[in-house]
Amino acid sequence: MKADPRGVLTGTHFMDGDHACCEGALAAGSRFAAGYPITPSTEIVERFASRVPTVGGTFIQMEDELAASITLQGAVWGGAKAFTVTSGPGFSLMMEHIGYAAMTETPCVFVDVQRGGPSTGLPTLPAQADMMQARWGSHGDYEIIALCPNSPQECFDLTIKAFNLAEEFRVPVMFMMDEVVGHMTEKVVIPAADQIEVVPRRHTRKPVDEYLPYATNGDLVPEMAHAGEGYNFHVTGLTHDEHGYPNMTPQIQDKLVRRLQNKIRDAADRIALFEEEQLEGADVVVVSYGITSRVAQRAIEAARERGLRVGKLRLITAWPFPEKKIRELAANVKAFVVPELNLGQMVREVERAAAGQAKTFAVSHAGGGVHNPEDILKVIVEASRCQAA
Amino acid sequence: MPGSLINDLGNPVEPFLRSDRMPHIWCPGCGIGTTVNSFARALIESKIDLQSLALVSGIGCTGRVAGYVKLDSFHTTHGRAIPFATGLKLANPKLNVVVYSGDGDLSAIGGNHLIHAARRNIDLKVICVNNLIYAMTGGQTAPTTPDHSITSTNPYGVFEPSFNLPHLVEAAGAVYVARWTTFHVRQLSRSISEAFQKKGFSFIEVISPCPTLYQRRNKLGDGLDAMKYYKEKSKVRHGAPTNEVGLTMTGEIVVGKFVDRDRPDYQTMMRTQYTESLGERFVEQPEMVCDCS
Amino acid sequence: MAKGRVSIVVERCKACGFCVEFCPTKVLALSSAFNSKGYHPPHVVHPEKCSGCDLCGMYCPDFAIYATKVLAGGGDR
Repeated sequence: MKADPRGVLTGTHFMDGDHACCEGALAAGSRFAAGYPITPSTEIVERFASRVPTVGGTFIQMEDELAASITLQGAVWGGAKAFTVTSGPGFSLMMEHIGYAAMTETPCVFVDVQRGGPSTGLPTLPAQADMMQARWGSHGDYEIIALCPNSPQECFDLTIKAFNLAEEFRVPVMFMMDEVVGHMTEKVVIPAADQIEVVPRRHTRKPVDEYLPYATNGDLVPEMAHAGEGYNFHVTGLTHDEHGYPNMTPQIQDKLVRRLQNKIRDAADRIALFEEEQLEGADVVVVSYGITSRVAQRAIEAARERGLRVGKLRLITAWPFPEKKIRELAANVKAFVVPELNLGQMVREVERAAAGQAKTFAVSHAGGGVHNPEDILKVIVEASRCQAA
Repeated sequence: MPGSLINDLGNPVEPFLRSDRMPHIWCPGCGIGTTVNSFARALIESKIDLQSLALVSGIGCTGRVAGYVKLDSFHTTHGRAIPFATGLKLANPKLNVVVYSGDGDLSAIGGNHLIHAARRNIDLKVICVNNLIYAMTGGQTAPTTPDHSITSTNPYGVFEPSFNLPHLVEAAGAVYVARWTTFHVRQLSRSISEAFQKKGFSFIEVISPCPTLYQRRNKLGDGLDAMKYYKEKSKVRHGAPTNEVGLTMTGEIVVGKFVDRDRPDYQTMMRTQYTESLGERFVEQPEMVCDCS
Repeated sequence: MAKGRVSIVVERCKACGFCVEFCPTKVLALSSAFNSKGYHPPHVVHPEKCSGCDLCGMYCPDFAIYATKVLAGGGDR
C-alpha cells in the first residue's frame, strides 16, 4: 500500500540524518515512539515529538530505556507501528526487549545512533562498535535484521525499509546509524506519498474461532491480531506453541526457535541490500558500511589512480549478513579489506564467509572520529600485493 | 432436587478462564487464584466490555495470571508490565488495560515504572498480589518482605526496611489506592469494580499467602493459617493515612480504600496541552484500525 | 429445604481447605478420599445448610468449587 500523505513531508530538504530518520518513520506510517534521551540519537525523537501531534499519534518520553523498548511493543499490539531510538548505553539496556520482540514476533524498529564505547565512552563522537551487539546482544538464539545508512537521504529511505521489513517478517529491525551520519546535514529528497511503498501489518483475516496466533502457513511468519478485536489471544516471552500458550518442551523449543531463525535466514538473499562497484576483475574488494563507506570511497579511488584493481561492496543490510555474496566474491579475488569504526566486528563475518578462499584485512579504528583514508589506502595496497589464497 | 429450580450457570469464574490450561501451576493454598475469582466477579459486576479489556502481567507467580484468563493477555518481561501496558493504552485509548502482577515484579525490578506511571496518571488498573516474597524463584527477599522474616537470601532474618506500597503509590500520584487480603474476597471485588469506574492510575494491593516459601520458612503455617491470620488481624480503615499502613510479619494489617481522588489522566492532559499549544494544527490520534490490504 | 447447592470439580482441587473453613454455614468437610493428584477434595456434609452464597467459590484458588442458589417455586425438574 501507499504511504499516508499526512506523514510525508514531500519536497527537497537540507536535513541531518537524525531528522531524516524521523521523517522516514513518519512516512512509513509510524505514529508511536517511546524514547529516553541519549546523545547522539535524541534529535530523532525531538523532531517526532514536535511533528506527531500534527499528524495524529503519540510520543512518550519514558523513565528509562527499559521502559521505552517495551512501551513501543505494547503500542504495536495496540495497533500502532512503533519505534524507539537510542545510542550505546541505552541500546545495552534495550537488549532484553529485543529478545522479547524476537520471541513474540512483534514488528518494530530500534534505531541505534552509534557512539564510542564501551560504557559511557564517547557520547558525542562516532563508532560502529554495536554491530555484533545488534546481532547477538539479547540472550538465546534469534535473528534480527539490521540496516546501515550512510547518508541523511538513506536515513530517510532506509527507515521506511526498516519498518517494511519489520512488518513483512514480524521481527525487530535494528537501524544502525552512527554519530556522523546522524549529525551530517545534506540534501534529502522526500517523494510524494504515492511514490512510497508501505508494508501493512500481517493482520489475520481469520474468524476468532479459527485463529491460532502462532500458527504459520508456508512462509514461517504468523498472522497477527491486535488487542481489543475479540481474539482473546495470549502473548508470552516463554517458549510457546501455536496457541501462544507456554509449552516448555525440547520439541516445542526446537520448532519455535528454528522457525524464528529460518524465517529470516531463508529470506536472507531477498533481504540483502548492498551497493557494488567494479567488482568484476577486482583483486581487492573493500567491504564497508555506514559512514566508513564514504571515507573508504576516497581510499578506493586513490588506489584505482595507482592502477590497482579495487572493487567496492557496501553493506546496506548488515544482518542477515550477505554471506553468499562474499563467498562468491571470495572465489575470484585475492583479498577483502574491511575498514570499520571498531576493533574488528563485521570483518569476522567477512572472514568466515570467505572461508579461506581469499585473505581478509581489517582496518580497525577505536572510534571517536573516522578513518584517515590514507590508512585504508595503505591496507588496500598491502592486500593487493598479497599472494592469492 | 424435586420441587426446585436449580439456577446452575456453572462457576462464575469459568467464562473468564482458559479452561484448557487448568489446573494452574499455583501451589496448594496459594492465594493468587482467589484474587482471580474476585477479579472475575468484578468484571461481571462492572459489566465491562470484555472485548475492550486487555490484561498485562510481568514475570513471577502472579505473572502467570495473563496465561490463564480468556482475554487479550500479555505475559511480558520481568518488571515491565506497566510500560508495556502504557504503550497498549496510549496506542488504543479505548482499551481497558489491567496490569496484574506481583510485588517483586511491580515494586522492585519494575519500581521505577510503577512510580512514573502513577506520576503520569496513566489510565491503568494495577492489581498487585503481594505475597511478601519472590516465590517463583524460591523465596528470596523482596522489597515488601517484612522485617525479621527468614528468606533464602536473608537466612538470618531480613534487616532492610520494606516498602509500604499504598504509601509509595499515593505519594507518586495514584488516584485510587486500596488494600485487601485474600480473605476479603467481596471487598476486593468491589474495589476492582470501583477502579474500573476511575480514569487514571489505580492501584489495588492484595496480601496473599505463599505457603510454600513465605509461610513455611517463617513457621507461619500453611495457606489456611495465613487466611485465618488475615481474618483475625485485618482492620478495615477506609481513608487511613497511608503512612500508617506499613506491614509487619504478624501484626495488624490495615485494609480498606485509602485514596480516591480525581486528577486528569495522561491522555487528557496531553490532549489539553496540544489543543492549547497547537490549536487547529493538532490532529487527534486516529483509531488504530488495521489496514490489512 | 436447601437454598443453595454446591458443585465440586474434584480433579482441580488442591485441598487448601479455604472452602471448608470459610463456609458460613459449615456445609463442607475435607473428604478422606483422594483425587488423582493425591489431594483430599471437600465433600458436602450438610447439604441442607447451603445458602448458595458462593463464598466457597470466591475463596477457592483452584476454581474447583462453586455454589448456586436454588430458586424456590420451580416445577418438578
